[in-house]
Amino acid sequence: MKQRSLIYRRGIDIVIRLISSLAALFGMAMLGWILSIVLLKGLPAINWEFFTELPAPPGMPGGGLANAIVGTLMITLLAGVIGVPIGLAAGVWLAEFGQQSKTAETIRFAANLLMGTPSIIIGVFIYVIMVMTTGNFSGIAGAVSLAVIMLPVVARTTEDILSLVPSALREAALALGVPRWKATLGVVFRAAKSGLLTGVLLAVARVSGETAPLLFTALNSPFWPESANEPTANLTVTIFNYAMSPYDDWQTLAWGASLLIAAGVLGTTILTRGFLWYRSK
Amino acid sequence: MQTATTITQSHHQPRPFPLSTTKAADLTQPAQVKIATRGLNFYYDDQQALFDNDLEIATNKVTAIIGPSGCGKSTHLRTYNRIFELYRGQRVSGEVLLDGQSVLDGNCDVLELRRKIGMIFQKPTPFPMSVFDNIAYGLKQHYHINRSELRDRVEKALQQAALWDDVKDKLNQPGTALSGGQQQRLCIARAIAVEPEILLMDEPTSAIDPVATARIEELVDTLKECYTIVIVTHNMQQAARISDFTAFFYKGEIIEFGATDKIFTNPDNPKTQDYITGRFG
Repeated sequence: MKQRSLIYRRGIDIVIRLISSLAALFGMAMLGWILSIVLLKGLPAINWEFFTELPAPPGMPGGGLANAIVGTLMITLLAGVIGVPIGLAAGVWLAEFGQQSKTAETIRFAANLLMGTPSIIIGVFIYVIMVMTTGNFSGIAGAVSLAVIMLPVVARTTEDILSLVPSALREAALALGVPRWKATLGVVFRAAKSGLLTGVLLAVARVSGETAPLLFTALNSPFWPESANEPTANLTVTIFNYAMSPYDDWQTLAWGASLLIAAGVLGTTILTRGFLWYRSK
Repeated sequence: MQTATTITQSHHQPRPFPLSTTKAADLTQPAQVKIATRGLNFYYDDQQALFDNDLEIATNKVTAIIGPSGCGKSTHLRTYNRIFELYRGQRVSGEVLLDGQSVLDGNCDVLELRRKIGMIFQKPTPFPMSVFDNIAYGLKQHYHINRSELRDRVEKALQQAALWDDVKDKLNQPGTALSGGQQQRLCIARAIAVEPEILLMDEPTSAIDPVATARIEELVDTLKECYTIVIVTHNMQQAARISDFTAFFYKGEIIEFGATDKIFTNPDNPKTQDYITGRFG
């Protein structure tokens, strides 16, 4: 038996290491590029008025996106309130009770399909069942469409995170004579809390940047959102409208809105991580 | 010779408890049967893992279960508190009797059963909460208890588990911050806090160091005054040191059961002889 050439093996090692390092670097560089451009173009739009004023008509100077900021917060929060509990419950069922049963496999398959469904289709679906039936665009319809997008993401990550909890911990809780639901909430959830929180935030982050479903549901509005039952201003559709407009100050506002969304998503993620890190110490 | 079985509603012929072979001191007090299995079979899906197990566990004695890996020791133990029910495809037939009452039928309250039968696992399984809450968790599940009483009970359990001196200043620290041996004693304290009658130990020292192992063995020796203990172990010296009775399992069958002295010095079955002398396993 002839030994393989050491030089050859080292060479392969170096090449693989180089390729993977470059790939990692490429990903980081793209993120840095995007963030720096958004920062560069968006920063000039950020001022007091941006956060406090309604948009000005084209041609008029000034104006802000206060209504869209409030609207996006409202829609995202509402979507979370609807989507997260249902998603969590579904994930718990899949991981703890459904396990490998036929029903669970079917639900898993459905969740995967739903996750792969283009968000514009979900927007059209909600348009048909909520906007056409009620006769008006509304913030609540927007929130429901985002919740539908969130649902499979939350369910599958919850399931994945829960299955990472060692079964010995589950058994230990049950062996004390604790009912299944209590063991799940009190011990398994606690063991998985950072993962669950990250999963939920990821889902929220994902939908907070969605535009297509809101185009069909929440639409947009130049006014303050007064109820969830009317067209509601929001940042993403505003970006869509303003970035395509011929007006310079609208385009600047669109960059400002992009910066705000990017900073919001990044900020929540970093804050949560920091909080969990602090708690775990 | 004493026939000390308290089981009456069995379809099997009552069998004399193997007292005749125990140390003289034991003869003054006839051993009561705490747990008995009758014709116990166990299946993982279609694979049968236990064959017709008949075993009697004596009250306030230590019974060791030995045998090569995969012979069904843990599987047998896990029928006593029905913890196997957590998994799909695991089923049992035959009888497990606790104080003469069947634990496998629908009338048995599984939560109360598991309060009476505590379990310690191979790897220490502290819950992701403070040392204090680890013990309080099970207590609060089973008893109405006020704050000061809770403190007393927690302290008592920790003292019984010989852990109080180690952790009395760390009650608010996470249980996972303790050393492996301390974590295992924490699990023992947690199990005895709810006042069980039986402790099942599934290779409780296989994941911890020799010094910590020695402490757990000492602990088992003191605990048997209050509890009936069944311990699965890979370590034959351990079985010889701490147990009163030993059952030798091989390929899902109980090959031999009797006083530990006899099993280790003069076994009836050549297979037992081969295993304890290290000829296989």
